[in-house]
Amino acid sequence: MKSAAVTPPYTLNHPRWYRKRVSTYWWLQRWEYLRFVLREISSVFVAWFVVLTIAQLYAMSRGSEAYNTFLDFLKNPFIIAFNIISFLFVVYHSITWFNLSARAMSIRVGGKKVPGFMISGPNFVAWLIISAVIGWLLLRA
Amino acid sequence: MADTIKLEVSRYSPETDAAPHLQSFEVPFRKDWVVLDALNYIKDKQDGSLTYRWSCRMGICGSCGMLVNGEPKLTCATFLADYAPEPIRVEPLRNFPVIRDLVIAMNDFMRKLQKMKPWLIRKEEKPVSEGEYLQTPDELEAFKQYSMCINCMLCYAACPVYGLDPLFSGPAAIALAQRYNLDSRDQGSKDRFPVLSQHDAIWGCTFVGECTRVCPKHVDPAGAIQQYKLTAALDWAKSVLMPWGGK
Repeated sequence: MKSAAVTPPYTLNHPRWYRKRVSTYWWLQRWEYLRFVLREISSVFVAWFVVLTIAQLYAMSRGSEAYNTFLDFLKNPFIIAFNIISFLFVVYHSITWFNLSARAMSIRVGGKKVPGFMISGPNFVAWLIISAVIGWLLLRA
Repeated sequence: MADTIKLEVSRYSPETDAAPHLQSFEVPFRKDWVVLDALNYIKDKQDGSLTYRWSCRMGICGSCGMLVNGEPKLTCATFLADYAPEPIRVEPLRNFPVIRDLVIAMNDFMRKLQKMKPWLIRKEEKPVSEGEYLQTPDELEAFKQYSMCINCMLCYAACPVYGLDPLFSGPAAIALAQRYNLDSRDQGSKDRFPVLSQHDAIWGCTFVGECTRVCPKHVDPAGAIQQYKLTAALDWAKSVLMPWGGK
């Protein structure tokens, strides 16, 4: 780290400005910043689920033995714990994404702005319906 | 109800100080006083050397933005009563160099704002004899929200991206570019596009959304930036899919 920069002495008509460095831990200093950083980090967990799904499909394509090995891997308590955390992050990711989409889109119908809940609302409804259908397909057996 | 309240005010004198420090003042606690009233009281009665910017006292000039307990606020609209009986910490806006006490250097913001060409651009001005450029209420509504910006720079103080990357154009400048882009009388959106669609402008924004939360005029700069991202992305897609297009 650079030591405190040696600031030139004050001279008339040459003001000496004080500049504060942003702390490395700026994101811990406000709850709003932490919430933002958690939202951004959640994409890592989304990626993890994508990789997991691809690995699952790959294992499936290699026959039942490979698939059982994969299922054993999933039964590992560490993996279960990590997947629970990942799941919570993915839910957080989806909720924040839908909420933000309403603010990122300005749709005008007949000159009037469509209110935010009309944009995020259908997204949430579609999400719930698709989740319910997938849940029904999986749990029906 | 206590009859005084403590203010901890950030002091920095470029002649003598290496860094700012807090100085405490006891000021009368009155229900109808805002932080700016307390600062004026200090300057009048206790320490005439206290330096800060202010002008209108009614939330329109955008001069009196400071950090109140770490939160970017217009001090003319921040009541002592909302913080009493706790002491109130008043500091200069974050992410800007401090000139003295509570005064920050805004040169960077002014330079960035100017780069956005925040004025009506016409391909050809029509002569005055032909009258005004007319606009319907709906056309006004399309940009009115962004025109409420008073350049108070609270959004810059709230934006961690601006704090970390001094090249970032920042919320207000982009929102004001959008204010003119969306104006039916303006024809300059093509001129602004190369300035806006850059890593240092819209693509630098990570949508923290703090700018919108602290904005005293409900401008929603974060929304403006994301909406322009969509515009820029669609423009790009169009240019790839229809290279012969080109308006």
